[in-house]
Amino acid sequence: METIQTDVAIIGAGGAGLRAAIALAEADPKIRIALVSKVYPMRSHTCAAEGGAAGVIKADDSFAQHFDDTVGGGDWLSDQDAVEYFIHEAPKELIQLEHWGCPWNREADGSVAVRPFGGMKIQRTWFAADKSGFHILHALFQTSLKYPNIQRYDEFFGTDLIVDEGRCQGFTAIEMKTGQMRRFKAGAVIIAGGGAGRMFPFNTNGAIKTGDGMAMAYRAGVPLKDMEFVQYHPTGLPNTGTLLTEACRGEGGVLLNKDNYRFLQDYGMGPETPLGKPQLKTMELGPRDRVSQSIWHEMQKGRAVKTPWGECVWLDMRHLGEKKINERLPFVRDISISYLGIDPVKEMVPIRPVVHYMMGGIHTDINAATSLPGLFAAGECACVSINGANRLGSNSLVEILVFGHRAGLSALEYARGQKPGNDAALEAQGDAAQAKLRALFMREVGKESIAGLRKEMTTTMEEGAGIYRTEEGLSKTCEILADLRRRYADVALHDKTNVYNTDLLSALELGSMLDCAEAVAVSGRERKESRGAHQRLDYTARDDEKYLRHSMAHYRGADPPRIDYRDVVITKSPPGVRDYSGAHA
Amino acid sequence: MSDNRLEVRQVELEILRYNPETDEEPRFQTYTVPCVNEWCVLDALNHLKDNLDPTLAFRWSCHMQVCGSCGMMINGEPKLACKAMLRDYEGMIRIEPLAHFPIERDLVSVADDFMAKLKRVKPYLIPGQPRTLEEGEYKQTPEQLQRYRKYAMCINCMLCYAACPEYGLTPKFIGPAAISLAHRYNQDSRDGGRDERQEEIATTEGVWECTFVGACSDVCPKHVDPASALQQVKVASTVDWYLEHFMSWVKK
Repeated sequence: METIQTDVAIIGAGGAGLRAAIALAEADPKIRIALVSKVYPMRSHTCAAEGGAAGVIKADDSFAQHFDDTVGGGDWLSDQDAVEYFIHEAPKELIQLEHWGCPWNREADGSVAVRPFGGMKIQRTWFAADKSGFHILHALFQTSLKYPNIQRYDEFFGTDLIVDEGRCQGFTAIEMKTGQMRRFKAGAVIIAGGGAGRMFPFNTNGAIKTGDGMAMAYRAGVPLKDMEFVQYHPTGLPNTGTLLTEACRGEGGVLLNKDNYRFLQDYGMGPETPLGKPQLKTMELGPRDRVSQSIWHEMQKGRAVKTPWGECVWLDMRHLGEKKINERLPFVRDISISYLGIDPVKEMVPIRPVVHYMMGGIHTDINAATSLPGLFAAGECACVSINGANRLGSNSLVEILVFGHRAGLSALEYARGQKPGNDAALEAQGDAAQAKLRALFMREVGKESIAGLRKEMTTTMEEGAGIYRTEEGLSKTCEILADLRRRYADVALHDKTNVYNTDLLSALELGSMLDCAEAVAVSGRERKESRGAHQRLDYTARDDEKYLRHSMAHYRGADPPRIDYRDVVITKSPPGVRDYSGAHA
Repeated sequence: MSDNRLEVRQVELEILRYNPETDEEPRFQTYTVPCVNEWCVLDALNHLKDNLDPTLAFRWSCHMQVCGSCGMMINGEPKLACKAMLRDYEGMIRIEPLAHFPIERDLVSVADDFMAKLKRVKPYLIPGQPRTLEEGEYKQTPEQLQRYRKYAMCINCMLCYAACPEYGLTPKFIGPAAISLAHRYNQDSRDGGRDERQEEIATTEGVWECTFVGACSDVCPKHVDPASALQQVKVASTVDWYLEHFMSWVKK
């Protein structure tokens, strides 16, 4: 098997992976960086983020307010030392991106413009129309082309971490164009592989978001933290799940039920604000968890709108006018017309909550280090945690920058202190990974179809681990997932050829999702309280005494994960009441 | 909202298949796929792969017209499969990989040449006046932003290369997307790297290969209008030439 020797290897070339690679290249022009991804960097799902990125820059804002919005928004499950670091680094990272050419929207005087976003008391979201993630990704990718020591391995699918002498020393990956396995040997490894929203049937995520990076770390013994916290974005198109950015509401769009009533005022987010004059941190600018949960309640009460795609509520942007929509939300308009045939300038758009983001992920500390020496993680696949039980809109685009950068520097420092590993042991592990794959090729076609297992998985995730959960529902989902994981051993591989074998890759992705899904469901079953995005109908209150703690899911092979807990870091903000009424101070 | 958009109809897809391990040359395979009226071509391909033939290979990810993965020829035109709505097609739909690129397998094209060209035009900010982070952001007015914004919208989907007759004839042509991206940075008020980029793009392999057919702009799913970028580069490089040869005392 061909071995690729490098100093630091990165799995994933979206925002976090690219930021890490650039940080490494700038810190030391001599080190070798391998940037490995199952897609070309500009296909990474960072491109789909629309609204923007939060960073304190304006005179009326302060670090203290960004801190409070983030910690309260996360229902006090965020680690406050990490949040402190994050908010202070945020503006620097956003200015750095500006220096790298990111086309941020501007004020008339040429300074960077900001827009309002949910759960934020002050406007602090930097934006590039409604394609902020796209522009961030391309600015990073294009900037990365400057550095000759960033060696890209596009369309290489990572499979197994290589761990020896108690530290991560590389991984194996399939070169998709040849189907051959390659061994990456590295002084340190960074996982930046994104989230796993595709484990749900209705989601905003691209096809590639199957939790492969999370699963690689998890199987190597690194715990997955706070996996029960899955964010539903309130405004997805009802047929395709396509995201309509929170900026629709930031710019003044409102949510209505079938009686054209702005129902959020009934769920602690009132009183009603004047149309076209959004007020920060209340009504339509409440946090995502609360807004999505309110829509669910409207559906229960029979006040939702019946549409061919199921029950919805209305997102009304008509009063914004064509000019503002074209200037601030042009992509939203395109997408609504394209997939729904509805022009938001003229008509209300039916929407429903849609799985969007995993707050949980690979457990890391504030330096992006995992519990496995030599392994680092950043971005949606990681859980530092700054997002706690509910991420605020426009914090994730900053998180990939701040912690991507941090992961790069931490990995560099670690790699510099390492001696070369034991080649024979590393080779043996590479061979074992290859043998596993070869066995899948050699055996008869299994009887479980990839699409069939995937469908059963997504169905049970929505039924048992959706917006509202119960002991019964979660337990049933845990049982079904355990069974699906058993049946996965007999998955059918029809394509036994080497070149760009997407049948094989789909099977591997399904395996990743099943492992991550089980961590979500078991962690959710064990958390007997309601906090942020984890809402239990049988334990409706937040229970700080028992659960002001991070859940940690530990992999146990064929068995379901073992769950234990870890204290939340609280430095200055004791758990309080999340107040999104218009009366909040 | 009651209409026929959720009705199912049988759609015939004629798809180019090619696996270099097992096929001497590309061939067509026809499938009949039950499709919901409101679907796009990508939905039909996914249904096909999940239910009828798991061996079909194609790229896709975002399903929202921004990742640029699913470019392919649909009835002979370069399109994003996630933007090609079935309601706009009647009868059999023919699907092939992007024209002018080698086929890796089935609908997957080899992108190496495009990736190399992107890199060649130095598509990154080369600051005119470097700034430190402490000095804050560059000032850039909305009007200055407007000068290049359109050219910054390119998603690298490569449809313009598949549409460009010049690229088909002369593969060394740097091509519409890469030149537009160079132009995007040349037009950026923060940038000072135009001279470096002109060495690549104001050449015979660059803009002077273009015969202004305009097909690139017609097929661009993001309205980048590469043809206008190329014409602007031609004009600018002509001005450069005159300044250099007849008015060498004038600073460019």
